[in-house]
Order: sequence, then C-alpha cells, then structure tokens
Amino acid sequence: MTRKLPATDVVIIGLGWTGSILAHELTGAGLNVVAIERGPWRDTATDFPPAFAQDELRYHIRHDLFLRPAQQTMTFRNNVNQTALPIRAWQGFMPGNGVGGGGLHWNAQTWRFNPTDFQLKTHLTQRYGSKFLPENMTIQDWGVTYDEIEPYYDKFEYLCGTSGKAGNLNGQKQAGGNPFEGPRSREYPTPPQRQPYAAVLFAQAAKELGYFPFPQPSGNLSQAYTNPLGVTLGACTFCGFCEWFGCGNYSKASPQTTILPALIRQPNFEARTNCEVVRINLDKSGKRATGVTYIDTSDQEWEQPADLVLLCAFQLFNVQLLLTSGIGKPYNPSRNEGVIGRNYSYQVTSNVDAFFDDKNFNPFISSGSIGMCIDEFNGDNFDHGPHGFVGGGYMGAVQTGGRPILTTRTPPGTPAWGAQWKKAVADNYLSSYETMVHASSYSYRDVYCDLDPTYTDRLGRKLMRITFDFHENELKMSQYLTDRLAEVVQKMGPRQIVKLPRTGPYTSTQYQTTHTCGGAVMGTDRSISAVNRYLQSWDVPNLFVMGATAFPQNAGYNPTDTVCALAYWAADAIVNQYLKNPGPLVQT
Amino acid sequence: MTLVFSTTSAGALVVKGSLPWTPNAGDPPTAVLPGPWVYFIPEEGAAIEALVDRLIPPDPQTPGGKDAGCAVFIDRQLAGSYGSAEGLYMRGPFANGTPQQGDQSPLTPAVRYRQALAALDKYCRATFAGKSFAQLPDDQKDKVISGLEEGSATLDGADGKMFFAQLLTNTREGFFADPVYGGNRDMVAWKMIGFPGARYDYRDWVDRHNERYPLPPVGFAGRPGWVRQGP
Repeated sequence: MTRKLPATDVVIIGLGWTGSILAHELTGAGLNVVAIERGPWRDTATDFPPAFAQDELRYHIRHDLFLRPAQQTMTFRNNVNQTALPIRAWQGFMPGNGVGGGGLHWNAQTWRFNPTDFQLKTHLTQRYGSKFLPENMTIQDWGVTYDEIEPYYDKFEYLCGTSGKAGNLNGQKQAGGNPFEGPRSREYPTPPQRQPYAAVLFAQAAKELGYFPFPQPSGNLSQAYTNPLGVTLGACTFCGFCEWFGCGNYSKASPQTTILPALIRQPNFEARTNCEVVRINLDKSGKRATGVTYIDTSDQEWEQPADLVLLCAFQLFNVQLLLTSGIGKPYNPSRNEGVIGRNYSYQVTSNVDAFFDDKNFNPFISSGSIGMCIDEFNGDNFDHGPHGFVGGGYMGAVQTGGRPILTTRTPPGTPAWGAQWKKAVADNYLSSYETMVHASSYSYRDVYCDLDPTYTDRLGRKLMRITFDFHENELKMSQYLTDRLAEVVQKMGPRQIVKLPRTGPYTSTQYQTTHTCGGAVMGTDRSISAVNRYLQSWDVPNLFVMGATAFPQNAGYNPTDTVCALAYWAADAIVNQYLKNPGPLVQT
Repeated sequence: MTLVFSTTSAGALVVKGSLPWTPNAGDPPTAVLPGPWVYFIPEEGAAIEALVDRLIPPDPQTPGGKDAGCAVFIDRQLAGSYGSAEGLYMRGPFANGTPQQGDQSPLTPAVRYRQALAALDKYCRATFAGKSFAQLPDDQKDKVISGLEEGSATLDGADGKMFFAQLLTNTREGFFADPVYGGNRDMVAWKMIGFPGARYDYRDWVDRHNERYPLPPVGFAGRPGWVRQGP
C-alpha cells in the first residue's frame, strides 16, 4: 500500500549536479525542497578517503561507485532490424549512483560549448546550404543562445573554482587561452593546472604546426579556492585517480565539495537517500504533475505530493521516467512523430597512441582534466566545405593517469600474453602516451530511445531501449580529426604512433565517455522538442527536466559545464518568472 | 540531524540539517588472507596456477603470475561478489546477440570457471595421453592457451575463447591491483613498470619532466619495509 506524505513545494528526482544546484537556488528562494535520491549518501571521509581512494580494481574495474545494472539498466541494438538485448554489465558508459551522481566520478573537464553549437542547424545551413547535411540528420537549434547562458556558465565555473586561461574576454582575444571560445565575461576563477611532460611536448608540437594550444579547463583545482557559498576546495595533488573515482582530497569540484555543505544547512531542505522514484504522478487532466511515487529499500511505496517536480536524474533515466510516467508523446521513428526519446546522441572519441624511446612521462602524475589541447578542429572552427562532413572536436594530450590494470599499452604486433607481452609492458609503461580526440555526435532520425517490449527491471517496469549507431558523417569526421591529431603527435618525436579513429558499428562494449545526450530535447517548436528553452515540459508545465537530456545533439566538448549552466538558467527562470505566475513560460 | 527513515527498514535515510557523518564509517577494502583455496578445488587451483604462470611467465627480474599471487586473486574474486555476478542484470530471456551487444551469458563468472576448467582438463587428458594442463611442459601449455585464444581448441561444455578472454583479464587485474586483493605480491608488478602505487601527492613532481620518479611503490597496507621486524 502506498503511504502518502505531507505535500512539499518542490520535489527533486536525483541529487547530482543539477539536483544540488536547483535545490540550493530554490531553498534560497524560500521554497521547501525534498530531494529523492536512488543511491546512498556519499562523502569523502566515508566513501573515498585518500587511505584507500586510489583503488583501480574496486572503483574502476568493479564499478563500486556506479549504479548496479541489477537495479536498472537498458537494452541496446544498433538498428531497428535487430532485437535489443540488455546491457548486463556497464562497459560503453557508466551511469553514476548516489548523492553527487556523475559529478562525483567525473574527470571535471569543464568546457563551454561554442556559440555556433547553440544555433547549429541555422548556422550550418547558412554557411554550407541545407543540402550539405545528411538527409536523415535531425540536428536543430537549442532555443537559447550562448550569450544568454554565458552568465550561468560563469556562475557554475565560479561555484567550482575552475582552473584555466581565458582565450576571449568580452570579445578580446587573450594569449594562452582558447582563441575559438565564445566571449567570457571574466577570467577563470583560478589559474591553469601545472602540466606534465607529455602535455608540454604536445603544446610545443602544436605551436610548431601553427596551432594555438591552451590548458584544458579543469575542475581539479590549481590552488585552494573558496566559492561564493563559502565552501573551500584544496589544490589538486595530481594523484591520477580522478575519472571513475571520488576525490579524497577535496580538490575536484563535485556537489560534495561545492554545494552540499551549504545546502544541507538550509532548514527548508531535506534529502531522502536509497529511495527510487518509480513514476511522476499526473492529475486527471494529464497536464499537471501532482508529485512522485518512490520506493524505499524495503520496497515500501511512498507518494510525495509537490507543486513543482524537477527531474534531475542522469540523462538516460530522465528519458525513461518520462516514458514510464506517460509524459509527452513517445517518439516514433517510422512516422517521425513524437518527442520523448527523439534525438538521442552520444560522443565520438578517438586516439593516437605514441611510443617513445627516450622519454619518461611518469603517466601516473596526472589529473582528470589536466593536459594541453587545440580547438582548431572543433564545431565549425574550420571550413567543412572540402571535407564532406559536419562536426568536430577538441584534441590534445589529456591522459588522465597511469593506473596500471588498464594502462598496459604495448606496440602493435605484441602478443596479448607471455614473455613478450610482459617485457613490452615493462618497456613502454613510462615512455608511451595516449592522446585523444573528443568529438561531436549529431542526431539522426533512426537513433532514439523507447521502451523495450521484452525486458523489465526488478519492479516489472519496462527497460528503456537504445537504438544507436554511428553514421557515415561521424566516421568521416573521426578519420579526419584523428589524422590531424596524428600530425601533431608525430612532431613530438615518437618511435611509433598508432592511429585509432572511431570505426563502426558502435559497440556497447567499448568505453568512450558517459556523455549520453538527448531524448527530451529543448527547443522552440514543440513538435520537435520535449521542453521549452527554460527546460520546462511543454505538456506538464510544473515539470522541468534537467541534464544533457535537453541537448538536441552533442557538441565536441564534455557536457557538464553546459548541463550545469542550463540548470542555473532554468533555476533563474523558475525563481524570477515561474513562481510569480506558475504556468507555461513560453506560449505556443 | 540524521534519522533512519522511521517506519521503514534500514537503508533509506532522511538527511536534514547537517551532513550525515559518523566516526569510523569508512569502508576500506578487506585484505585477502593467504591460505587454502576458497573457491577452487585443488585440481582447479593447480590448473589456474599453471595457466597464470604462462600468461605472465617468470623472468629473472619479476616473478610470474603464480608467484605474484594471480591464482589466489582469482580464487578470492570468484568466491566473492565478482564470482556471483552480484549487481549485474541477470534476468532473462537470454539470447545470443551481436558482439556489439556484449556478454549475454546466463552463467556467473564462478560457474564459467568451473565449467571451463573441467572442460580444459578433459581436453588436455584426451589430447596429451591422460595428462592434466598443469602436468604439460611449457611449450605444450602455450599451444593449448593459443588454441583457446584463437578458438582452434574446442572445449566440450565451455566456450574456450570466452574463457581465455576472461582469464587473461582477471590475471592482469590480479597482477596489477593493490596487493590487498591477493595478487601483485610485494608490489612486484608495480616495481616492474615503475608505478608508485597508492600515493596521493605528486605536487613536487608534476613539472620535473623526463625524470624517473625515485620512490618505491606503496600499497594500502604500506610496504614490507614499514613492518617492524622482531619484538
């Protein structure tokens, strides 16, 4: 039997980055906020202190901080002609779990998207003509511009204390920063991290080729920093256990190190952990959310009524909860109708490995967002006309550590085991390096999410089904970008390089990033978007949907800065517009 | 104030007013203890020791997989949550998919090892005049392993190629993981490659470029030199 709880003003589903940001902004506006989190409470001292945080087996290989697929997973197929099968163990991407969400185990690469990324369809059509785009590509504009969300990027970066060097301050190019970035209203809160050997060599090589290398913007801080909420982070110690790990040193920006200590002191905030929301409830009209239903660890069901529902789970689970709750029209690719599950996108990464004779990189000295990059081949920073594809990415020397189980790089032709393998690992561990391209993934009519007809979770709910494959445009792009990266790496003087462009078909068994995007995208036309420019549901105006769920396609940058800027942008709209006059913020 | 969610069982928490902090609430790893096999029967243990010692053979500088503890590591992993596929999605229906859809086997790692090792034993005894894998000379052991790797050695009742991949993965995990898990004994694998282990602060070293980091590795339990000798 479901037990009904007293009503609250706001219920938040998921207490990661966006949930923490919204909770802080809305409690600050005087609202009573209840956050419901599927996983446990997590904090530095209990879950990943430096006494045992550096555990590659536990955290990276055995996924200690991640969601258990037994609790929730999804099915996958490459195309509609296949039968989707469940992802039984995480490999391709790694959904987080617990308070902090993905913000706990991210690398803290804190990139802004380019101004043209937000008006992608308009921009590319104007520059190259509409016939230049592949026929079934469904990219679209976001409905918000870079200039509109710049203050919110700034706000998030100053929350985190992000370390970097501006390349564009109010329209003035700055030496040493990314000359292709959109204008910033002020410099980064803290200077860039110091760089290890490989990054410095890469930057020298890039300069010789006429490029403009710059330090990767980092949420692993170069120095101690106290943020506007009064929370202090320490300087990063380059331990090399960042991605997949919690930071034992309070030096990686996360909800734990930037917001939660302040948020928890708000008397009008309450978090319930190990409680999983199973659906968003609607009234009889179907146009108003009445709250959520969740289960605790004893499978007791609770109803939490609320005036405002904020869906702040990870992208995939946002889409799933919308589908499960019957909110918005599910996407149907054959009819090209509906919006929930439409425009799913991901990321296209590739690598160039390099083996040197005379170098010692000490690869274990690193952070999740250290490194030197170039941005000449991102977005539309270069003329795509001669190349026959759209999209791009940043590239650079950004290896995040030398954790030995998975950093046993050997030259091509080395056997996978035996004496030769062992010798090759010993010979190359310190003197080899992996460089990376981190590129865009645009959306297509036949790439989407819906509910699986066969597989169910432990509660009998249908799993979500992902239908995804790379398209020719992305594979061409990956080849071109990887070739450009290889030219820089070759200048670093290696004995041998190995080019690893992304090839098809997409496989769920190979990790690239956890940057799954879309499925309930933002926009100005409700026939092709699920939420308006303030991330407010077109169908249920007292529901807002946060996260990369809103990205109409993914750009060639890591998503978190944009995810959190959008969260602040939406929070501003809720506080300054919605609360004064609850209802649709955009009329149709 | 932190309360266990009243009226319900443990697990669900209400957090309000202050961070939920209690002394000694950390969850460090439990160290593997030496001693007899926990999961393997003796014949399986002997086969695994022989296998990991060919996957990572000893050389004058660095011990092989057996002396590094890879077999002990695998045994303890199979006896624990990894072996039982805890936390993985193990609901049916089970169907073979494309390689892109990943592992769809209904069998847990522990069961896969048991079946594969029994099948390997049968294969070796049938092929090599009644000898078990562990009894074969090194060159024949290597031929058997290559046969599994390439799929040319067909096992009866197990997927040899899949077993090879899993065994190699687990052997490397044991070789390079922190010694608390039973492998990488005395941090031999970390010494071999120059990885300093569970250190946490390289601020003095990040811009000392192209220099060999001088300090020896440490694990979660320190290193042998830290243990007081004698009374």
